[in-house]
Order: sequence, then C-alpha cells, then structure tokens
Amino acid sequence: MKKHRVEKTYKEINEKIKKRKAVVVTAEEIIDIVEKKGKVAAARQVDVVTTGTFSPMCSSGAFLNFGHTSPRIRASKVWLNDVAAYAGIAAVDCYIGATQVVDGDPLNSVHPGEFNYGGGHVIEDLVAGNAVRMRLESYGTDCYPARKYEKNVTLQDLRDSILFNPRNAYQNYNCAINLSDRIIYTYMGVLRPRMANATYATSGQLSPLFNDPWFKTIGIGTRVFLGGAQGYVVWPGTQHTFNVMRGKDGIPRESAGTLAVIGDLKEMSPDWLVGASMLGYGVSLYVGIGIPIPVLNEEIAGYTAVKDEDIYTQIIDYGVDYPSGAPKSLGEVSYKDLRSGEIKINGEKIPTAPMSSYYKARNIANILKEWIEKGEFLLGESQQQIPSGSS
Amino acid sequence: MENNYSKKVVIRYSAEIVDQPITYHLVKDFDLSFNIMRARVLPKREGLLVLDLSGTKENFDKAIRYLKKSGLKVEPLSKSVTQNTDRCVHCGSCLAFCPTGALYIDKKDMQVLFDVEKCNGCEMCVKACPVRAMEIDLI
Ligand code: SF4
Ligand code: SF4
Repeated sequence: MKKHRVEKTYKEINEKIKKRKAVVVTAEEIIDIVEKKGKVAAARQVDVVTTGTFSPMCSSGAFLNFGHTSPRIRASKVWLNDVAAYAGIAAVDCYIGATQVVDGDPLNSVHPGEFNYGGGHVIEDLVAGNAVRMRLESYGTDCYPARKYEKNVTLQDLRDSILFNPRNAYQNYNCAINLSDRIIYTYMGVLRPRMANATYATSGQLSPLFNDPWFKTIGIGTRVFLGGAQGYVVWPGTQHTFNVMRGKDGIPRESAGTLAVIGDLKEMSPDWLVGASMLGYGVSLYVGIGIPIPVLNEEIAGYTAVKDEDIYTQIIDYGVDYPSGAPKSLGEVSYKDLRSGEIKINGEKIPTAPMSSYYKARNIANILKEWIEKGEFLLGESQQQIPSGSS
Repeated sequence: MENNYSKKVVIRYSAEIVDQPITYHLVKDFDLSFNIMRARVLPKREGLLVLDLSGTKENFDKAIRYLKKSGLKVEPLSKSVTQNTDRCVHCGSCLAFCPTGALYIDKKDMQVLFDVEKCNGCEMCVKACPVRAMEIDLI
C-alpha cells in the first residue's frame, strides 16, 4: 500500500467531532482548498467532507409493521391509501414500494399518464404526519381469524417503520436524448424529438460516490444523512458494478456503484422524502442522501476535490436504443457542460435539464456539515468494503 | 385573411351578463375561432370561461376591447399559472418541457425560478412537474 504523509483514523476524527473541533467542509468548498493549498495541506486542515444528492430514486420503499389487531389478522393483502403494499412477509408486516401506482389509476391508457399517486406519495404522506387509510385482507386462520380490517393510521401509530432502499445514490448516470421523431415521456423526463433537449441526473461534484470513486471510505456501516435523519449504508445497492470506463482519479464515466441504505422512517421528514409523478412513466420517490467522507489522508482529500469538469457521462438515445435494450454511447459530456444549460452534440447546441436538485443536494451537504460541527453526528466506520475493483 | 395570432384568455363574468352570447359575437363580429378549454358557472351564477382564441391580431384586440366594454373581466391565461415555492424541490426537470424559458435555474443558488412574464399558459408544467408544484388557478 502507498505510504501517505497524512494519516488520520476514524477514532481521532470522532474524538474531534465530540469536542466540536472537527473541521468540516462541503464537497464544493474542498475544491478551492485543495486547489490553493494542495492535497497534503488540505488533508491536514480538513477532517470531513460532506456530500449530498436529491433525486427521484426508484428502488426505494419502507418495511412497515402495523401491530396486531383485535381480533387478529394475518394480512395477506395490504393497501395504504389504495396503493398495494407487498404483504408476503409476516402477519402484520408489509413493504410499501416507491413505484407502486395507486389501484384504479388509468396508467398510460391516455398517454402520457399523469400518475398522480403511488407508493412514494404514501411514504411522503406518512412522514408528513398525514393519516393514511390502511386496508387489510386475509383468508382467516384459527390463530388469526379476521378476514378484513380497515383503519386510518399515522406514522406514529405504526409499530415499526424502516425505510430500506435497495438501490440509491447511483455513481453516475446517463445523459438522455431522443433521436426519434416523436416526443417521449421517460423516467429521465420529457425528451423532445430529434435531439431537441437533453436531461441528466446526479449532483455531479456534490454527489457522494463521485467523491469516493473507489469506495475507500464509504462501506457497509457508514452513517449517512437519509431523508432528514441518520441512516446507514447496509450493502452494495442492486445493480452495483465497478468494471466500468473510468477517467481522472478513477471517476466512472458511466453508471457504476450504488448503495443500499436504511433508516428509521419515523425520524425522517417530508422535506427529504417527496413523492414523484413522472409524466407518462409512473411514480417514484425523491430521496435526499448525504454522506460524510473522512479525510483520512491526502489521497482521499484529492478524491473529494473532484470538479464537474472532470466528471463525464455517456449520451444515450432513449427514443430507440435504450428501449430496445441495446443502448450505445453517442458521445461523452462533462457535468460542467451539462450544468451550463447547453451541450454540443455533433456541433449542434442542445439545451439541458437536470432531474436531480442541485439546490437540495447543497442543502443536504450543509445540514450534514452542521450536524458534524455541532457534535451531533459521528462517523460510522465501514465494517466491510464495498467491491470497487481497487485494493 | 391571415390567421396569425393566438392566445389563451380567461374571461370572468358576473350574474347580470351570464346570458350574453359571447362566443357568438367573437365568431360573427370578429372572425375569431376558438377552443373552449374550460367553462364553469359558479354558485352565484358568475361564470368563468377559458378560451384559446385565434384570428388576426387586429380583430383579437378589438374583441378584447368589446368584451371589456360589455363588463367582462379578461386576462391572459398565463397570469393564472403559479409556482408553489413550498412544494417545488428545484429539481429543474421543468427546463426540459417549459417551451418559453419561464421556468429557469438561478445559477447562483441553483433554485428554479418562475418568470410569469415569459409564461404562455401552455399548462405543460401543471402536469409534468413531478411534485405538482406548478398550479393553475382559474378562480
Ligand atoms: S419540475 Fe416542479 S419541482 Fe422541479 S423545479 Fe420545476 S417546478 Fe420545481
Ligand atoms: S405554463 Fe407553459 S410556459 Fe408557463 S411555466 Fe408552465 S410550461 Fe412554462
């Protein structure tokens, strides 16, 4: 292993946090510090760099246990505000998934469908403290005789509620365009025909996994900002991958790593969990995530200084290539250009639109910074590295 | 004659003039064609009509003057589109579908702002904003 000139441990940094002496900066602020002073001096000065992202993140949802009823019911079907939850877990447990559409929705029968309500909205309603109509059905057993049950419940009425998102915080994502002749409505937003616009996701230089491209600090057990509360990284997310094209400092130039995250829904807030209706596509959930990166050495300081101009992604056609299952890159573009509002493809100027909120991502990085500065949030040391292809 | 002008307008009228055949005059006297986008009669018999009018600019202006003289309130539809800033998450996805640039990102603090002057009232954002932050208020 490479010898570093600065070496800090989680324990040392946590001691400083407890004494409110830790130096914390956001992933935007570290850029200047490293540029002016260099990595080594930056690593000496700064203890933690905070990141943030706020995006519609499918593959999100919550495990709920609604407690036993009397008479008891072994719920085999569960609806919350007429959105079906998966009930094949146990008698009074279910999982409400972000992308489940409300029963009776016209879907895309009149295209593009509006998708006004679904699982993501149920989660938002719950964290907002709103009452949700819970409906249970069963076939009745000797020990659980009830066959039907209906009640208004709030989040506080539920016995347990755990937000558990199997795939969040994508490390990079496609830039979407539409080469077909018709307007299309996708999970990457509204794409006008003949390459008239482009959309992109991720908060670039502020995004957690761009600041730790090789998962040197973010691992299983890392404590994070999740939905406004403290949560944890619990596993590599589904579709996690690391054999990808990489650029400067090993930054993925296409979608790569993902994270599975968990936290107590009861502590979260509707500012950071917001139901999403994607025109013509379906429902989802905006999730706010922030991850602190301990500056253990100058190598990590260097990673956190990543800038939008060093981060690239691939341009993919969502008109024909992507739906057919054979997406191919039509070129590469930097987040600096994407964020400027206009990119050039084959010399043509194309306006861009983000899908994720840079404004909220920045808010999250600042809130996390404040928590750590106040000594309210300690770093969770990774117990197991997430596969990244690096030693 | 050239039909080159088209605009969406909100017309509100009071109980006294609810029976006037407005649309008849618009067609016959001013040679405008129209689509009724919304029509509502309120409890006290006041009414509300949203029309997509097209014709020549000259006739359009004359028609608006006539409507106002008859005691009707006429406003461009765009004035009724608002951004609910409590609801907006500043994702910026509206930049992909707002045709006029009325929704734009303030590069400094990265909030998405709404410039009502640029809005043409197309209502695309009302359906396409993922959190329903864009509202249209006809009353
Ligand atoms: S799409 Fe809606 S939530 Fe997103 S920035 Fe525009 S108005 Fe705000
Ligand atoms: S109504 Fe149309 S022009 Fe006005 S803000 Fe919405 S999308 Fe833009």
